[in-house]
Amino acid sequence: MREKVLYALGIAAILLMAYNLRAIAALPLDPPLGPAAIIMPPVAKLVFFYYAAGGVAIAAGIASAIAGLRFLRTRDFRYDALAVASTEVGLVFLAIHIVTGCLGTRTVYGPSWAWEPRLTTALACGLLYATYLMLRSAVEEPAQRARFAAVWSVFIFLNLPMLAVAINWWRANNRRTLFWRGGSDYIAAWLPSILGTMLAMILLGVLLTAVRMRQEETRRELDTLRRMTHAL
Amino acid sequence: MRFFHQVWVVAAKDLRAELRTKEAINSSLAFALVILLMFSFAFDPLADTTREMSGGLLWIVFAFAGTLVLNRSFARELPNDCLDGLIAAPISGAALFLGKACANFLLVLGVQLVSLPVFGVFYSVPWTRQFPELLVVLGLGTWGMTVVGTVSSALTVNIRLRELMLPMLTYPILFPALLGAMELTAELVNGNPIAPDKLGFLKLMIGFDVIYTAVSLALVETILVS
Repeated sequence: MREKVLYALGIAAILLMAYNLRAIAALPLDPPLGPAAIIMPPVAKLVFFYYAAGGVAIAAGIASAIAGLRFLRTRDFRYDALAVASTEVGLVFLAIHIVTGCLGTRTVYGPSWAWEPRLTTALACGLLYATYLMLRSAVEEPAQRARFAAVWSVFIFLNLPMLAVAINWWRANNRRTLFWRGGSDYIAAWLPSILGTMLAMILLGVLLTAVRMRQEETRRELDTLRRMTHAL
Repeated sequence: MRFFHQVWVVAAKDLRAELRTKEAINSSLAFALVILLMFSFAFDPLADTTREMSGGLLWIVFAFAGTLVLNRSFARELPNDCLDGLIAAPISGAALFLGKACANFLLVLGVQLVSLPVFGVFYSVPWTRQFPELLVVLGLGTWGMTVVGTVSSALTVNIRLRELMLPMLTYPILFPALLGAMELTAELVNGNPIAPDKLGFLKLMIGFDVIYTAVSLALVETILVS
């Protein structure tokens, strides 16, 4: 049953993504509402992936913190598997978010990394997620690993709002509208594709999390079996 | 009151042990001086631009040197299974944690108060002019660093690559606090008062300290007791 759900999810995500890619490719680059001063460069179409990946990354971070708290409450290892799976998926989508955003700022504004506050926050957030995975890989005993990781995911989650505020103040006069320098004329015409891409990426994120979770559960089962054979 | 007495006993024990061997504090001080000297190779120490980023330099020194103290905090208890003894003692994990955090705070602050005049002499900045405010910022930043660092020290005490993992875990969490401390210290070290638009950073640091102290006290039992 679970297999079939996963396959269905995967097929739905691929179909939706293919449909969206076609729609995105067909979108005209000149402003939909009359003549505007600036015509978007083709790279501006990365905006679809930029927003969608950012949304999935935030959702993954929240899911990981909630799963961590649930683990501390119930000591159920399925929550631990969910926490690690969603953190890894979040890191992947964060990477997509940062790379597309970086290409966007570079094309529109010039410098290869403009220290734009949102992108910088995303980078710091990625480093935080990475500490979670590093901590996990360093602890050997499974129960201890799950406890430590859950505590650390709470620490990371509490840090994110403060991080966003601090970096925002630090770079207050460097805030730029990524991609949308031509004004907001585009948003209305491009919104359906933005939402469509977001939905496709959410499906993809859920699928990847489910697959990674199953892998984690299998690994724990193997670990248990190995311990049993050692005990015998 | 009992709780604070227990905290004091643990802190006094840690301080006594450290002051007898001086293993962490000596290496930390030496390391701070080495980095200060290395920075002067990288940037012209007397240029105005270097003064502008002096707050950042100073906190990089503090963060690096502080790690050496924090690393020893729980690792010191490993020989003779002292850690098991501490955990089995009739005190709560929170009291143990707070005691260790207080001892670390005093040690790290001591290292900072020694390296600050050295920094002032090397880079010729008027750091004494706003000293009370500077002390407040130093205290807030250091408390944030020691709370997060002490939790990391407890997390990493039994795992592989302990000495490497602690800074890897601690620095990213410290980003907001260090950012605020750097912004404020850069002004204060040069003798300027805190600008009104920078007061937000002070509030952010207070918030950081309160939040992480509360969460650490609540969760430290989960880390120490299996």
